[in-house]
Amino acid sequence: MDTTTGSAGDGTPIGRRIVLGLAGLGVAGILGGRAVQERLATWLAPIESRDPTGLTSLLPLGNAFRFYSVTGGVRHKSAADYRLDVTGLVERPASYTLAELRAMPQTPLVRDFQCVTGWRVPEVRWKGVRLADILDVAAPTASATAIRFRSFDGEYTESLTLDQARRDDVIVALEMLGRPVTHDHGGPVRMYVAPMYGYKSTKWLSAIELTADVVPGYWESTGDYDVDAWIGESNGREDDPA
Amino acid sequence: MKLQRFSAGERLVHRAVAILMVACIATAAILYNGFLAVPIGHRRLVKLVHVWSGYSLPIPIVAGLISAAYRADLRLLNRFRPADWAWLRSRRRRDGTIRVGKFNAGQKLNAALTAGSIVVMALTGTLLYFPDLVRLSWRSGATFVHDWFALGLGLLVIGHIAYAVRDPEARRGMRTGAVSMSWARDNHLAWADDFEADDSEAAGSHAVAEAPPVR
Repeated sequence: MDTTTGSAGDGTPIGRRIVLGLAGLGVAGILGGRAVQERLATWLAPIESRDPTGLTSLLPLGNAFRFYSVTGGVRHKSAADYRLDVTGLVERPASYTLAELRAMPQTPLVRDFQCVTGWRVPEVRWKGVRLADILDVAAPTASATAIRFRSFDGEYTESLTLDQARRDDVIVALEMLGRPVTHDHGGPVRMYVAPMYGYKSTKWLSAIELTADVVPGYWESTGDYDVDAWIGESNGREDDPA
Repeated sequence: MKLQRFSAGERLVHRAVAILMVACIATAAILYNGFLAVPIGHRRLVKLVHVWSGYSLPIPIVAGLISAAYRADLRLLNRFRPADWAWLRSRRRRDGTIRVGKFNAGQKLNAALTAGSIVVMALTGTLLYFPDLVRLSWRSGATFVHDWFALGLGLLVIGHIAYAVRDPEARRGMRTGAVSMSWARDNHLAWADDFEADDSEAAGSHAVAEAPPVR
């Protein structure tokens, strides 16, 4: 038997086959990966939740939140120094404390969190004040048609039309995953716009400003993503809404 | 006596790929891990560096093809012979019974898996970066593939670096282009023998002697 591994010219082109094989695997994964991901996540969720080392969180097991922040560090806000300002084209501007928001009627939702880049966390428990209730108190003027959300990270903004904002599944979220919204998830108060991609759900919400026109938000002003961000009906064709 | 192992062009390709790969991995770590993503933030900038490093990565790999030495080494890496399979199965693969050529089967495997993973990362990364291209469920699939291939590719790179750390002469080969004859005989016997055969036939056409070869 030939015992040399190196001469040029002969042998089987295994390297090329591996490259093509991996490319094929990649394409198969694009087409069918979502189903595999969901099955994996179902099987592995019990292990992940009981893993004392936290090592499983380093694996891409899916169905986990990924934390996006567009600035260099966001300062923490406590219940004492948090304020939600309602400003712009309204009859009654307001500045809510966390306690005041908690005292308003709370709407629970169990809905998916879907990121435009493809990852999704299924059946997240949310609770908060319907944005429609806050708008009713503020009484938008006749010229108001849209809302601009601001974040106390100092950078991020988002928008909704007034009609979108009045939907029942659009809330100013105070709870997420069964507990108060944590800082990393955008707490103490964030938006949750259930029918739209995650970038509409402004984290670290600091102000709700009524405007005469839709002002495209942080990821929209550069043309990264669509302003009307309906899940499955924007950013690339139709699909099952979450 | 020193043996020429990698040409200047090949070393340049390796250096460029290494820098871009580290940039990809470092930015990926920030984008993916919450404990880095929230304190470091600046997602748009980090994403920009990640995407540009990623798209640049294949450029040196392809540009290297203008070098004949690089093309010759690609051919060696591509071709598996029966001895390669024996080497992979053998527990005594390091003792010289199997005469290893310029690259051992593990290096060939690493090259192919890395190249294939880069192709997959570029393809799936494109789908994530341009959300208008395909429907949401394919984008979810692309995220799934990008995540797992990132893990695999990261392990390949870590393994590659771990072997390099353990072998200063192999590193010297990639840094200066030349390795010692004793290292070559220990690790790539058939390749070292090629030089000796060349030496006797053609007065060291490839070998770099201590003194400049007489032409």
